[in-house]
Amino acid sequence: MNNQDDIILRTENLTKHYGGVHALEEANFTLKKGEHIAIVGDNGAGKSTFVRQITGVEQPTSGDMFFEGKQVEFNSPLEAREAGIESVFQDLALCNDLDVPSNLFLGREELLFKFGPFSILDEKKMMEKAKEVLERTAIKIPNLSNHVGDMSGGQRQCVAISRSASFASKLIIMDEPTAALGVQETTQVENIIRGLKEQGVPLILISHNLRQVFDLVDKIWVFRRGRIVGEVIASETDGNEIISMITGMQGGVHEKDSYI
Amino acid sequence: MFKRENLPAEASIFAVFVGIAILFEVLGWVFVGKSFLGNVQRLEIIILQVSIFGIIAVGVTQVIITSGIDLSGGAVLALSAMVAASFAQSVDAFAPIFPQFLGLPIIIPIAIGLAVGASCGWINGSITAYTGIPPFIATLGMLVTARAVAVIYTEGQPVYSLSESFTVIGSGAWPVLVFFVVAMIFHLILKHTVYGKHTYAIGSNEKAARVAGINVRRHKIMVYTIAGSLSGLAGVVMCARATIAQSGMGTMYELDAISAVVIGGTSLFGGRGRISGTVIGVCILGVITSGFTFLRIDFYYQEIVKGMIIVGAVMLDQRRQAKQRSRA
Repeated sequence: MNNQDDIILRTENLTKHYGGVHALEEANFTLKKGEHIAIVGDNGAGKSTFVRQITGVEQPTSGDMFFEGKQVEFNSPLEAREAGIESVFQDLALCNDLDVPSNLFLGREELLFKFGPFSILDEKKMMEKAKEVLERTAIKIPNLSNHVGDMSGGQRQCVAISRSASFASKLIIMDEPTAALGVQETTQVENIIRGLKEQGVPLILISHNLRQVFDLVDKIWVFRRGRIVGEVIASETDGNEIISMITGMQGGVHEKDSYI
Repeated sequence: MFKRENLPAEASIFAVFVGIAILFEVLGWVFVGKSFLGNVQRLEIIILQVSIFGIIAVGVTQVIITSGIDLSGGAVLALSAMVAASFAQSVDAFAPIFPQFLGLPIIIPIAIGLAVGASCGWINGSITAYTGIPPFIATLGMLVTARAVAVIYTEGQPVYSLSESFTVIGSGAWPVLVFFVVAMIFHLILKHTVYGKHTYAIGSNEKAARVAGINVRRHKIMVYTIAGSLSGLAGVVMCARATIAQSGMGTMYELDAISAVVIGGTSLFGGRGRISGTVIGVCILGVITSGFTFLRIDFYYQEIVKGMIIVGAVMLDQRRQAKQRSRA
């Protein structure tokens, strides 16, 4: 039985309907402090929908969410961020025409002088902090003043992940963080994730890459057709069992066609 | 060592500006036998002429950076000018619009002109932010409506007899000063404030801006309201300069403003652009108009060349965007 104090995030019967489409049905989910878990499932299984509900991008049709033991309702991503939940989305959510510090601090800029929307930015401080953040994550970007749009896919992804890693005090959610990356860049991102584990920052990873999932997480949650169909310890299962749960077919894939 | 990439983004636009000015100087000596740039009075007229739509262009730059568009600048200018002028008539005005409001302190008509512009901008912004109607359509609607309201306001009659204290704002170098001060203020705001950063962020990736916690709707309304206020200010300055307000004022100014913004390097795709570029774009348009008049080339040919320059500027922008996409 879970000790309630150890649980950082819990959802009860979280449901999301888009008109007649039942994208998420009664999801009961728990995440412990310091735990790294993966959410897997086929396309349309409800993984991204689930993440959108817990990060305030969308609001659930029904159900409850508890963060650090308290019931919460996030009406916007900002509210989720203020609570300590950071997300790296599938499409990066970076502004290509802004430089690295501007992307890292977007929506929570360092200020020299406060005057509502016309508050003056402390650009020097943001640049210094950006350098620190990237040094911590061992990411090499030659010129931080360059527009993010002028960088490689890997560098962009690293900026997005660094943003979350540096600001998340309590939970990081990554939706397909390496989907568009090459081998070397994927390794770099995976190293950042391992660093988060060492720091004890809990993580929810959405990935289609089962090799990566088994390498990086403690527990795997499987979604199918908008429902949670399983929760397994990564070290106590194998690719075939996960595939069986994803597809709903007994036997998964043949041994010799192993997924991983 | 001299490196092209170390130059500011506006350097190439400024080089085009200088090139065009030199071209007219050469053509002047060849075809008219006179200097184009040597005539100080001509240069003064150029800068005075462009100041009015330049003020509108400062607002339009911000709207276009958010990947929006504002087609209503000229019409909002006319409506603001009509309403402001009706509160700026002198005590001895013949057949005044509001006989009970004559000889008011100039701050009142100025504030009213700005408020009318701001209201039109607020409506543009609210429609764009809340209804999903594209800004092109929302501001096109405002263009038609504001122009019609400007006519209805005085039943088509111009507003004369503006007080001397009010017309001072349009006299001498005042319009130029207003333009440069407005441009300077918004250049700094876009570069160094949260408002500026969020304006670029929304134009660059609206979804990312929303995810980062920016209230995109509220910000868009603010940007369109500022653009409307600046059109209102342009209306105040224009009627003060002309010492009369008419509903037909500022026709096609919205297109001149958009042209200046695009020529100045602001991307129609949003996310990129600077007020300093727009100021140079405004000057380029002024030099072209004046240069063509100097060479006694028909007005319609001027329009053809302006049209070609705008299309050329957009094509360059498209190529730049495509290059960036292929790199990413």
